[in-house]
Amino acid sequence: MAEEMRIVLRNYGKIDPLKIEDYIALGGYGALKKARATEKAALIDEIKKSNLRGRGGAGFNCGQKWFFAYAVQADQKYVVCNADEGEPGTYKDRLIMENDPQTLIEGMAICAYAIGAAKGYIYCRGEYPQVVKTLRAAIAQAKEKGLLEDFDLEVRMGAGAYVCGEETALIESIEGNRGEPRYKPPYPPVEGLWQQPTIVNNVETFAAIPVIVEKGADWFASIGAPSYPGTKVLTLTGDINNRTFFEVPTNTTIREVVYQLGGGIPADKKFKAVQIGGTSGAFIPESQLDTPIAFDAMAAIDATLGSGAVFVLDETRDLIDVTTRIAKFFEHESCGKCAPCREGTMRLFDLMEKINQGEGSSADVALLNKLGRVMSYSCLCGLGQAAPAPVLSTIKHFPADYNAKFV
Amino acid sequence: MAYQEIIAKFADVPGGMIEAFHAIQDEYAYLPEEAIIEAAKVFSVPTAEAYGVATFYSYFSVKARGKNVIRICESAPCHIAGAAEVVAALERELGISMGNSTADGRFALEFTECVGQCQATPVITINCKPYFDVTPAKVTDILAEYK
Repeated sequence: MAEEMRIVLRNYGKIDPLKIEDYIALGGYGALKKARATEKAALIDEIKKSNLRGRGGAGFNCGQKWFFAYAVQADQKYVVCNADEGEPGTYKDRLIMENDPQTLIEGMAICAYAIGAAKGYIYCRGEYPQVVKTLRAAIAQAKEKGLLEDFDLEVRMGAGAYVCGEETALIESIEGNRGEPRYKPPYPPVEGLWQQPTIVNNVETFAAIPVIVEKGADWFASIGAPSYPGTKVLTLTGDINNRTFFEVPTNTTIREVVYQLGGGIPADKKFKAVQIGGTSGAFIPESQLDTPIAFDAMAAIDATLGSGAVFVLDETRDLIDVTTRIAKFFEHESCGKCAPCREGTMRLFDLMEKINQGEGSSADVALLNKLGRVMSYSCLCGLGQAAPAPVLSTIKHFPADYNAKFV
Repeated sequence: MAYQEIIAKFADVPGGMIEAFHAIQDEYAYLPEEAIIEAAKVFSVPTAEAYGVATFYSYFSVKARGKNVIRICESAPCHIAGAAEVVAALERELGISMGNSTADGRFALEFTECVGQCQATPVITINCKPYFDVTPAKVTDILAEYK
C-alpha cells in the first residue's frame, strides 16, 4: 500500500506560516546553525552524497551544482529560487511557500553559506501575489531575528511567462529584461545573474535541504528510488476522485498514485491516459502504470516526472482535443527566440487543430512525428524540446484516437 | 500616484523595471505609453527595449483595459473541467467577447494559462484573486462582488 511521507511538506498545517516562532519551535533554523558550523566543502559533499536531484524537472544532482558555484572565485555570488511554477496542473511550490515559507528561506540560506553568496532572490510567479506577500513577511521576520546574518534575500514577481521557469530566462527576468533563455554554456553556476556564479534551484529542492542537513545524507539517500531518492509532491487533477496533493517516496508507482492515493476514476469509468510532469509531459497508457515515478524509471518509458503534476483522463475524454489544447499552450508560450520552437510550436498546433477538426490524414500524423523529433533535439531550451512530448506520446500510444479523427 | 513617482521609487533597484511596471499596473490597470517611455529613460535603455519588456509578459497590458481584470484559465485541467462554458457565461453576462473590456471600464476579460489552483477546476481569477470550481451558474454572484 502506497503511503504518504512528508519531508518538504513536513510542517504543512502544523504551523502558522506568518509566525517564525512556530517554525523555530519545530526545530526550524537548527539546520542552518548546524550547516554554518560545518566546513563548506564538507557540507556540499553531504548534499551531494544525499543524491538530492533537482525537483524542478531536470533532475541534476543538487550538491554537484552547488560545488560548481563554490569552486568559482567571484566577488559576488547569488542564490536564486525558481518559484515560477507555471506548469499546468502544478501547485506544489505554492503549497510549500503558503504553508511553510521559512523552510524555503532556511534552505536558501544554507546554500548561500555553502557557495559563499551574500544575496538571494526568490522569483515567484505573478499569478501568486498573495504568496509574494507571505514570502516578504517571512523574510522580514527571519531578518529581524538575525537568522540570515549577512545573507540578503529579496522577492521578485514574474508577470505571466511560462518560459521564465527556464533558469536562464528567469535570470534575464530578474535583470529586468524579456525572459528569453540564454545560450548555454556558460551555465548559471559559473556565469548567471549579472554574470556572476548563481545557483538556481526549485522551491521543492530548497525545502528538502534543511531536513537533509538535520538528518544526514544517508537517511535521505535511503528513501524511495536509489537513483532519485527522497520524496516528490504530486498534484492530482482531471478525472480522479481525490483531486488533491500527496508527497510520496519516489519509488511509488503511477498505478498506486492513481488508484490508491488518487482513489481511482470517478463514476467507475475506465482509465484512458495519464499525463505526468505537467503539460510538457508524455501521456502514459494503462500498460505502463506500474512504472515508479522516479526520474530514471520515467525516462526509461520516454516520459518525465517533471513538476509532479498528475493529469488523469477517463475513457470518455477526447485525447486529441486535449492534445490540441496543449499544443495551443506551447504556441502561446514560446518566447520566439529560436526558430525551431517559434515556428515548430505554431506548426504543431496548426496540424493538431486540423486533425482535431476532422480535416487531417495519416500524412499529417507522420509530419507531426517528424517535426516533433526535430524540435526535441534542435530547440534552444527545455520549453521547445519538451513541447512535442504530448503529441509524440499520444501518436505512439494512442494511434487509434488519431485514426478515429480521419474521415 | 503619478507614474513618474512610481518609477522613481524603483530607479535604484537592479533590474527594477519589471517591478516598476507591476506598481504602475496596480495603479492604472495597464501600462500607459508615457510610462514606458519614462521607464526607458530612468533605467537607461532604449524605448524599444522597455516596450519589448512590457509586451513580453502576458500580465502587462500596453492597452487601456477594464479596472477589474478577469482571467480564465484555459490550460488542460481547466479545459476538461468545463472552462469553455464558463467563458461563454462570462461573455454573456458582461456583453463582451474575450480579450475586451466593458464600455464602463469596469471589467476586462482575458484568457490566461494555469494559475496554480488546480485542486478546484475550472478556475478564474479577478485581480489575481482565485475563484474555485466555477460554473456558469456562479458567474453572476462572483461578478456582483465587483459591481
